[in-house]
Amino acid sequence: MEMQKLYLLVPLAPLFGAMIAGLFCRVIPRWVAHTATILGVAVAFACSVLIFQDVLAGNTYNGPVYTWLTSGDYKFEVGFLIDTLTATMMLVVTFVSLMVHIYTIGYMHEDPGYNRFFSYISLFTFSMLMLVMANNFMQLFFGWEAVGLVSYLLIGFWYTRPTAIFANMKAFLVNRVGDFGFILGIGLVLAHFGSLDYAAVFAKAPTLADATINIWGAADWSLMTVTCICLFIGAMGKSAQVPLHVWLPDSMEGPTPISALIHAATMVTAGIFMVSRMSPLFELSTTALSFVIVIGAITALFMGFLGIIQNDIKRVVAYSTLSQLGYMTVALGASAYSVAIFHLMTHAFFKALLFLAAGSVIIGMHHDQDIRNMGGLRKYMPITWITSLIGSLALIGTPFLSGFYSKDSIIEAVALSHIPGSGFAYFAVLAGVFVTAFYSFRMYFLVFHGEERFGKADDAHHHEHDGDHDDEETSHDHHHGLAPGQKPHETPWVVWLPLVLLAIPSMVVGYFAIEPMLFGDYFKGVIFVDHEAHPAMEHLVGHFHGAAAMGVHAFTTAPFILALAGVVLSWFFYMKRPDIPAAIQRRFSAIHTLFENKYYFDKINEFVFAGGARVIGKALWRGGDVAVIDGIVVNGSAKVVGWIASIVRFFQTGYVYHYAFTMIIGLFVLMTLWINRA
Amino acid sequence: MSTYPLLSLAIWIPIFAGLLILATGGDRNAPLARMLSLAGAIAGFVVTIPLWTGFDVASGGMQFVELSTWIPRFNINYHLGVDGISMLFVILNAFITIIVVAAGWEVIQNKVAQYNAAFLIMSGLMNGIFTSLDGMLFYVFFEASLIPLYLIIGVWGGPNRVYAAFKFFLYTLFGSLLFLIALMYLFINSGGSFSILEWHKLPITLNAQIWIFLAFMIAFAVKVPMWPVHTWLPDAHVEAPTGGSIVLAAIALKLGAYGFLRFSLPIAPDASHELSGLVVALSLIAVVYIGFVALVQADMKKLVAYSSIAHMGFVTLGFFMFSAMGIEGALVQMVSHGFVSGAMFFCIGVMYDRVHSRQIADYGGVVNTMPKFAAFFMLFSMANAGLPATSGFVGEFMVILGAVKFNFWVAFAAASSLIIGAAYTLWMYKRVIFGDVANEHVAELSDINKREFLILGVLALCTLWMGLYPQPFTEVMHASVNDLLRHVAISKIQ
Repeated sequence: MEMQKLYLLVPLAPLFGAMIAGLFCRVIPRWVAHTATILGVAVAFACSVLIFQDVLAGNTYNGPVYTWLTSGDYKFEVGFLIDTLTATMMLVVTFVSLMVHIYTIGYMHEDPGYNRFFSYISLFTFSMLMLVMANNFMQLFFGWEAVGLVSYLLIGFWYTRPTAIFANMKAFLVNRVGDFGFILGIGLVLAHFGSLDYAAVFAKAPTLADATINIWGAADWSLMTVTCICLFIGAMGKSAQVPLHVWLPDSMEGPTPISALIHAATMVTAGIFMVSRMSPLFELSTTALSFVIVIGAITALFMGFLGIIQNDIKRVVAYSTLSQLGYMTVALGASAYSVAIFHLMTHAFFKALLFLAAGSVIIGMHHDQDIRNMGGLRKYMPITWITSLIGSLALIGTPFLSGFYSKDSIIEAVALSHIPGSGFAYFAVLAGVFVTAFYSFRMYFLVFHGEERFGKADDAHHHEHDGDHDDEETSHDHHHGLAPGQKPHETPWVVWLPLVLLAIPSMVVGYFAIEPMLFGDYFKGVIFVDHEAHPAMEHLVGHFHGAAAMGVHAFTTAPFILALAGVVLSWFFYMKRPDIPAAIQRRFSAIHTLFENKYYFDKINEFVFAGGARVIGKALWRGGDVAVIDGIVVNGSAKVVGWIASIVRFFQTGYVYHYAFTMIIGLFVLMTLWINRA
Repeated sequence: MSTYPLLSLAIWIPIFAGLLILATGGDRNAPLARMLSLAGAIAGFVVTIPLWTGFDVASGGMQFVELSTWIPRFNINYHLGVDGISMLFVILNAFITIIVVAAGWEVIQNKVAQYNAAFLIMSGLMNGIFTSLDGMLFYVFFEASLIPLYLIIGVWGGPNRVYAAFKFFLYTLFGSLLFLIALMYLFINSGGSFSILEWHKLPITLNAQIWIFLAFMIAFAVKVPMWPVHTWLPDAHVEAPTGGSIVLAAIALKLGAYGFLRFSLPIAPDASHELSGLVVALSLIAVVYIGFVALVQADMKKLVAYSSIAHMGFVTLGFFMFSAMGIEGALVQMVSHGFVSGAMFFCIGVMYDRVHSRQIADYGGVVNTMPKFAAFFMLFSMANAGLPATSGFVGEFMVILGAVKFNFWVAFAAASSLIIGAAYTLWMYKRVIFGDVANEHVAELSDINKREFLILGVLALCTLWMGLYPQPFTEVMHASVNDLLRHVAISKIQ
């Protein structure tokens, strides 16, 4: 079969599945919906494997599918760019998506929206594949917004829950703020490069390296800096970087499978992918890279802190995702694009694993998500326990597991980077290692070890949650929990099988992939690094002596010691002396309040932006439209006409001699004027 | 190319069909009136299809031209023709007429024949506007088209219909009077010609151009409507029956925008350049200011009406950037807005027919009782918010991208609609559709019937088609838009 047809099949197979499950969701039985969608994604995965092998053999592709639009001198096409970066993303997306599809059979089997859910996740897979396979900015933007739409639909999947439908609107709008920057960036690319085609733009980029544009005042700005920062604002929305991160924790309102697929493994990494794809542009602006590294570092560290105080199992994982996305962004800023993609890949596996395991725990706990009500689950859910442990160890960077290789490489790369902001970033990612280990194992210990706190007679159904995100009165799916005396149970095979299948790459993929991906020719000609200006990657090569040596060496380095300290401390705090964290919380209540309110981002956004927009709208409407335009001008002129008419009416007496008299006078006046004119 | 006078057929079939329907008389014959209306609308649509299939995309000039003398004493001719700028609107207009007739099928039970006749006559008159190449003929159609819409609002409208109808009529009449004065000036200065194409070539001093431009602009700005002469539109929409709102949004608003391209730009090119800053500023005010106003509306129809004004801001912005991307993007936006706003008003009509309220606060949780409807409404809401793969995206994308080249801050202001547009649309959607069933009215709702499904389905297909493959739509515009741009680039001052 021709490869081009295979490329086309990859996104279209899930789309077809989504259409079957979606358009006929009310008539087809459940097995048709999940068979059709799983088949679609399985085909996409199989094709991705074939394409991956083909790409490894050196067959890349860049070509159009059809002309979307022509206008003036510009031509916009829908097309595919198939290279190692695309192929990697395709594998990750289709594999995780397939796992999540299978998992969903078990997770959603009681839900009345079963068919609709399958339709959405397949539609998501299609959109994400269109995004990563794009060979131009227009299609990238299409995929970008389409994944945003599906994310919106899925966060609000349980549409009767007020929190869910608030969270999905918030997610869409915050993403739109990012897209606002993104589309301006795309506009700058089109205006100055004359094309939206990746190849054409990247080829022209070096000639515009020193170009400037006049944006504000007398000073000229570097075109590359402005363009790259605009594009990165898009990435900040999608990849949830501070301050546009606020939507991601709330997105946990959606069902757990999509938290794994969309809000951990794939969609939120679209920004990382995009910046890596644009490496020929970002490399031309150290200023933009500094901006990237600082934003990433802030996200990596400060979002990690918030993970420490969460009690909702999904929210702990969500803040961990935010923090890890910060790590990837830091890698981008350090010009270590390949490392960012590497971490994206390993993170996709272990974070999807952690989310799905959390979902398994939630099923076992009958939809109680509060880790304070858990404990000792390892006896009842052994497979979930072991796979969670593997995921957590991979996340904190245990040597030889996949997360270790990617995270350690990021830390190394940042250490070797010399752009402004890299010093702060190095501190942030190093401190982040400790924080990650601490919150991950806090959750792990509280869920799987220690005293069994579930099924207590005291009302587990209506305990107070922290924060403002719970409303148990209205939720249909939240307020279960285990009845007194009831025990959790291991989940069915459709749920635990994906955990096992994700645990395998979480362990081994790093070991095997690090050498070719980071130090080989894997991304040659795909990712561009200006080694003169940003030599971090080049230096990193010199430090690398094989994956095994790297793992052994790690036991003596700061990140390992910090991670170990985090694990030990969380064990001590939550297993041995639970009174200490409570005491700390009392002692430092100001900081705790700050964390609990998530640095007040939500409150500020709510008050300043949402409130401000409504006030402006009311003022413009009541003041502008109603008072001035309608009140004074329109109705006012109508009144003036009425007033004049009421005066003129006096002259309309109805007597012929009055009119005749007026006419004679008028004629007289006119004739006088006419005569005098001459 | 066809030898039939297609454009005359496109104008007169609906008008004669309308007169025939009037002849059916009272509501005793309502079923017959409905069938005749549908037949007339479909016939009117069928004759417009060859305009597209037989269109010569390489030619930027007028096609399907018909010319005969009308009033020889004043050199007024019955002169028709379409180019790449007007052709799509004739088809869109004929298409929307079918939708409107279908939309009122069961809903209108009072004066059925008169209602449908008004729409068909209106459709023919608006085709006359889009195809006239004679200034006086244009003016006659332009003014005559006010009457059916005035009657539709005034007779079949809501409780405050008389105020709304008067406001609409006086606003537009005020604009057209200045337009007539400009036409008279051009008639005299061109040595007694009403030919629009002759006027395009007429040299005019800058001073005179500016006056002509302003006279045109006031007439067209009222129709578009541009800020600050927009306040008639929300009132008209709120009071109009569903069909009236669909025609108003989908077609009537396009007349003003079309006028800018047919009259203002080519007749007064120097003044257009001179005053482009004014139009761009007013367009951006429409996008931003009106977006905020839309956000706080409590009435769904008002909200969508304001969003129409904001979307039309993109159209006038696109025109006055003087680039192919800008003008074609604006034209695409006009066609797309025909589908999307038509569908939005129809959706609101579907809910209004059942609950008899347009207030957002009277709804909530509609998805529980109307899942199919909610899915369609979601699609059109997303199109209204400019989501890619829907037609709403294409025009905005082109205009924003064109604007970056024109001026970064203009693009910045225009792109803010990405956020504001999504905010007002999705906020409304959330409050109306999502959530638990809010009250017993919502609990009693029945989902859309086959007729409503068909209408929404057809509009959905159009929206997606134009979003996924806009090339056929822009292909026909290229030659005419390029001719226009070349023409506008040359000064007329001698």
